[in-house]
Amino acid sequence: MCLAIPAKIMSLDGAKAHVDFGQGVLREVNVSLVEAKVGEYVLVHAGYAIQVLEEKEALETLSLWNDVLAAGQE
Amino acid sequence: MSDNLRFRNPELAHSIAEKIKTVAPKKGMVKFCHVCGTHEWTITHYGLRSLLPENVEVIAGPGCPVCIVPAAEIDEAVQLAQKGVVITCFGDVLRVPGSQSSLLEAKAAGADVRIVYAVSDAVEMAKHEPTKQFVFHAVGFETTAPITAVEALGDLPKNFSFLVSHRLIPPAMELLLGVGDLQIDGFIAPGHVSAIIGLKPYELFTRVYRMPTVVAGFEPNDVLMSIYMLLKQVSEHDAQLENEYSRVVKPEGNPKAIEMMKKAFTVTAGNWRGIGRLPDSALQLRPSLAQFDAREKFDVHVTEGKDINFGCECHLVIIGKIKPDKCPLFMKACTPAKPVGACMVSSEGTCRVWAKNVAAQA
Ligand code: SF4
Repeated sequence: MCLAIPAKIMSLDGAKAHVDFGQGVLREVNVSLVEAKVGEYVLVHAGYAIQVLEEKEALETLSLWNDVLAAGQE
Repeated sequence: MSDNLRFRNPELAHSIAEKIKTVAPKKGMVKFCHVCGTHEWTITHYGLRSLLPENVEVIAGPGCPVCIVPAAEIDEAVQLAQKGVVITCFGDVLRVPGSQSSLLEAKAAGADVRIVYAVSDAVEMAKHEPTKQFVFHAVGFETTAPITAVEALGDLPKNFSFLVSHRLIPPAMELLLGVGDLQIDGFIAPGHVSAIIGLKPYELFTRVYRMPTVVAGFEPNDVLMSIYMLLKQVSEHDAQLENEYSRVVKPEGNPKAIEMMKKAFTVTAGNWRGIGRLPDSALQLRPSLAQFDAREKFDVHVTEGKDINFGCECHLVIIGKIKPDKCPLFMKACTPAKPVGACMVSSEGTCRVWAKNVAAQA
């Protein structure tokens, strides 16, 4: 039930946003819990955005993996 | 989000599994515990346990917020429904057994019980039907509680209130450490709870209990990576708090959500199905919001209920003491179509996850 899915913010209107979960269908979600701009990705749980996802952070996870996997291979 | 593929890439999974072998202890068991139904889903769905060395075990703790709602609180919802109040809830809550009846059975007997996808849908219904009273049964951990807070602090119609059954995860993790023969060597901490609460609440586990703790995401490679990170700590006799899911979880969590929760709720002791009463583990609406607290508004207070049906081992499954297939009723008397215990009802319940994935592979 804590499942949360990334979606892209397509438009904003106060606490409401229209987001795209990747299928091109726009859904309305509440963005009161985050500071998000149009074009950014948010994590959506039960109709509410709970966190903004930044590309930088996604890349950070990958670089952590690369570091760990590289270490010990030397 | 093309990077997503990396998080599922089977080749990467195998190289992480190889790394796991290099750091896993040569003898003796190591046991890690996660506390999230979605982690259990990832682990069983992708068969991750089969990639681990035989002496590395991953168990499921109390990670299903629907499963741990005590029967007494389902009874409160059923009583409200029987009083003619419209009960709204997430789909998973509908079939959770109460002492006598579930909300689904109450609905079959004529009560007005409606499934919603979001709390805001329930609020809209209340606005459109002002002559009826609406209650939303608010179930969930820290991921979900801020959402209830947003609505409770917002512009609610007078005919709307909450039956709050929110629970907090860190107290349940602390309980697991006290279960004598569980002997956990590390925690896989839940990613989406952590997206809200951040890392600080877990410091207790590393500092006081010297328990390696890694916050993990939900892709198979996230989970494998967190197991690798834990094993590495174990091999180095370390106890650190690490964040594998930094693309979502910030050290400070979501400060806005934390503040909303603080504004709307006080923390209190709460009962957990199959576990009992845990101090500082439940949320209650603040007295200033009492008009939106269904228990106060309708004077419904059930303190005791029948949590575990005869023969059901949910109380052992919930704390990771047994795997579902060790329950004699699993896939015999108890199936997703006819669940006996709460762990078989919710899609996040360990028995339900096993029924779907393990049984399908057998
Ligand atoms: S299989 Fe059914 S009866 Fe057994 S522990 Fe799970 S929910 Fe309870």
